[in-house]
Amino acid sequence: MGKRERALLRPGKFRGRVLVMDAGDVQRAVWRIAHEILERNRGTEGLVLVGLQSGGVWLAKELAKAVAAASGSEAGRAVPVGALDVAYYRDDIGLRPVLPVAATDVPVALDEAVVVLCDDVIFTGRTVRAALNALMDIGRPAAVQLAVMVDRGYRELPVRPDYVGKNLPTRRDEMVDVSSEGVMLGEVVDEVSAGGQS
Amino acid sequence: MLVAGGTVVDQGGSRRADVLVKGEVVAEVGEGRALRAPAGADVLDASGCVVAPGLVDLHAHLREPGAEEAESIETGARAAALGGYTAVVAMPNTSPPADSAAVVRQVLQLAKGASCDVRPAGTITLGREGRVLSPMAELAALGVTLFTDDGTGVQDPGLMRRAMEYASVLGGVIADHCEDAYLVGAGVVNEGAVSSALGLPGRPAVAEEVMVLRDLALARLTGARLHLLHLSAAASVAAVRAATASGVQVTAEATPHHLALTQEWLAGYSTAFKVNPPLRTSADMMALRQGLSDGTIDVIATDHAPHPPEAKETSMCEAAPGMVGLETALAVSMTVLLDPPGSLSSPGRDNEAGQEHWTGLPLERLLAAMSWLPAKIAGLSALHGGPVAPGAPANLCVVDPARKWVVRPEKLASRSHNTPFAGQELTGKVRHTLLAGEPVVVAEEAQR
Amino acid sequence: MSGRHLLGVGDLGAEGIGEVLRLAETFEEVGRRPIPRVPALRGKTVVSTFFEESTRTRLSFELAAKRLSADLSTFSSASSSLKKGESLRDTVLTIEAMGVDAFVVRHACAGVPAQVAGWLSGEASVVNAGDGAHEHPTQALLDCYTLVRERRARFGAEPQRPLALAGLHVAIVGDIRHSRVARSCLLAFSALGASVTLVAPPTLLPPALEGWPVEVSHDLDALLPKCDVVYLLRLQNERMEGQFLPSPREYTATYGLTAERARLLGPSALVMHPGPVRRGVELAAEVADGPASLVTSQVASGVAVRMAVLYLLLGSGALVGA
Repeated sequence: MGKRERALLRPGKFRGRVLVMDAGDVQRAVWRIAHEILERNRGTEGLVLVGLQSGGVWLAKELAKAVAAASGSEAGRAVPVGALDVAYYRDDIGLRPVLPVAATDVPVALDEAVVVLCDDVIFTGRTVRAALNALMDIGRPAAVQLAVMVDRGYRELPVRPDYVGKNLPTRRDEMVDVSSEGVMLGEVVDEVSAGGQS
Repeated sequence: MLVAGGTVVDQGGSRRADVLVKGEVVAEVGEGRALRAPAGADVLDASGCVVAPGLVDLHAHLREPGAEEAESIETGARAAALGGYTAVVAMPNTSPPADSAAVVRQVLQLAKGASCDVRPAGTITLGREGRVLSPMAELAALGVTLFTDDGTGVQDPGLMRRAMEYASVLGGVIADHCEDAYLVGAGVVNEGAVSSALGLPGRPAVAEEVMVLRDLALARLTGARLHLLHLSAAASVAAVRAATASGVQVTAEATPHHLALTQEWLAGYSTAFKVNPPLRTSADMMALRQGLSDGTIDVIATDHAPHPPEAKETSMCEAAPGMVGLETALAVSMTVLLDPPGSLSSPGRDNEAGQEHWTGLPLERLLAAMSWLPAKIAGLSALHGGPVAPGAPANLCVVDPARKWVVRPEKLASRSHNTPFAGQELTGKVRHTLLAGEPVVVAEEAQR
Repeated sequence: MSGRHLLGVGDLGAEGIGEVLRLAETFEEVGRRPIPRVPALRGKTVVSTFFEESTRTRLSFELAAKRLSADLSTFSSASSSLKKGESLRDTVLTIEAMGVDAFVVRHACAGVPAQVAGWLSGEASVVNAGDGAHEHPTQALLDCYTLVRERRARFGAEPQRPLALAGLHVAIVGDIRHSRVARSCLLAFSALGASVTLVAPPTLLPPALEGWPVEVSHDLDALLPKCDVVYLLRLQNERMEGQFLPSPREYTATYGLTAERARLLGPSALVMHPGPVRRGVELAAEVADGPASLVTSQVASGVAVRMAVLYLLLGSGALVGA
């Protein structure tokens, strides 16, 4: 479960237990995924990276830098980056508090673009489903691909990422915290008990 | 029948006494000693109770003829008896209104066999339209003593002057609903802080004051007997006080709701509290109590105004004004006015403001305001409100002053349940009522 | 939002208003998409119950509900329910029995939305779309939204949280007495930190202002140079005929924002009006169409703000488990 899912649940505090990837690992994964994106799409033509609010936005930005750098002299040109908030497309509205965390901002037209959705963690696949629906209301991309830093399993919908930083076996009740600083596996604990331990 | 174990309270004061009733009259008052019930006679338990002359209401809307879905003379009289009343003056704003001998006769006919004495009032003007005088002499010949266009006031001062002049030789009293229609406009609640906050059009207190001042001046001019219905504003009380001091023949009434409630109760847009004149500020409420205390206000009258649910379950602007009161008037008055004063559960602090200065009324004053003074104004003293003495008509109420009860609208005997006191715990309840020697209420249950 | 209803601005507080404004921004972005609709309220039923005619507000609410994918039904009756022999309560309970998640209520009499909220037996929400001279909370919210957005766009003024209008001087001018917009706006503006002055002839002020967070002035000319915002109210036809004002001409001369009077405003002052504008009476045409005017922008904000309100009440789950 990534930051977004955690924020949707009752208040708690993430307590990391195991460092699964350090900052260097994350950076190397970004570079590898950037190369895979270039390889699959034969360059940056028509490419748009769209991060899912909020955990996927930094990944989209990092990938955009890496893709631009890796594509070398051919393109030095920037790859457009967007941010998508899928709150209004979620299927659990009314079941638990669902509020957008930040504005959707897709600066270019998506018609005929190749959109790479970027997120920190893929878990049930429901967020990606919501994102696909949201994208279709914004434009009609030629193709949509999915890049995630961590795939932790437990899919509930037929969704599979195209680019994965790390496949990480987890328990269902565990949490995964992803940032450019690294990937932590741990649990969410009550504010009270967390406070008691600190 | 023997009313045993009670304390008699009437204009002669208060004394421990059993009361023996034979036929329609009081046969014996056993002051300070227990009377023995004759063989076969019923005994009504009055232990711990006050035995008083039956209450008299100068102001009840019984709705018949014309609005029987709200109330009938039968149901209204039953409610009255349960409230301790042995006589009520039925307001003439029926449909058709009591502006003709035919309607007055109909009301008198319907009142036969009712649980209390029902005395129709007549209108001042035909159709209550404020244009043409009613046949007041013809109505007076049928026993009508109180003339009013209540529901609205007589707006035309020239016509009001003529009505007073005309009525002055009939032995009747002109009773006015004092609100100037121009100043009232479309108002639905007291004009002021509450109306402003709620965004509802206001009915200013000055609309009442202006009309009171006009009527007092006309009464002075004509020498007519004037009765002012349901006063609600401090300025009105002051005007009546000054006029009485200068010799104007005026009597005035206040309702239990104006004596117990303030405009703050309207904060939740509850139409149960919509009434004309409107509930006003706590300063107005305290001025009414003061007026009652010093005799400026003679009478507590109910302005019992039953309405069916559909007339109240609508917007504040469209809802019918008024509230039922016959079954709660005495209890509300006892709860908030007697010494030591109690209070109702309140919607806001303002309702409490100023109440600490209220020292309370003696029970004798309260009963005077609800029995013998209204009987005198309505010309009913021969039958009602008289002293509890041998030979007097046995119109009596027996009240348990300590009995606490909670107002449940659905339990009211009135056909309508629009009480503003729903859920309130009141202190004091009528245990028995005797109408011409007949027990019409026994142990809080209606017998007719 | 503290409860499940929006009956007045007081139900929100500064935090709640801030939340509405934040969501409205996201819905304004939705409105710019090729398909300006989100599935957020699929399966929810919104009924607009307008007991008083209002084309603009109703259209705005209905568009908002549709853009959230709610099912929408419309009940329209300007006539008194009493005339049909059915009480207002019966009418409302009948609609509720059909399965409704939100009532959007407009009524010519103050208090009806609160009464409706009290009558409902289920969990439906009530949104006040204007009740008598009481409140019109969504109008005030869209005005706050417009003001914050325009100040950011024009002057780069980033709103402080939660007091997004801190330090601003707002004058609300005109028929305060009969205006639900004025009541809601003065509450919302002052909740967000603005200081509000009411400007009107005594006949058009409420009978009592005790407890209101406002100053009162009868001198618009003296006030204008100090104003950051001048909010002009619409003058209804029936107020112009005799009892409250001698004539529209005299009103304009004293309280209208004429072109000449507008010159007293500072360079960054903004002019607002809930519409429809009576050009030449409350507001000169050249001022209404001039650069300081936010009138068009106000109208444009309506749908996004009402989407935010409906979503907060019905979809956000802010109430789930509460």
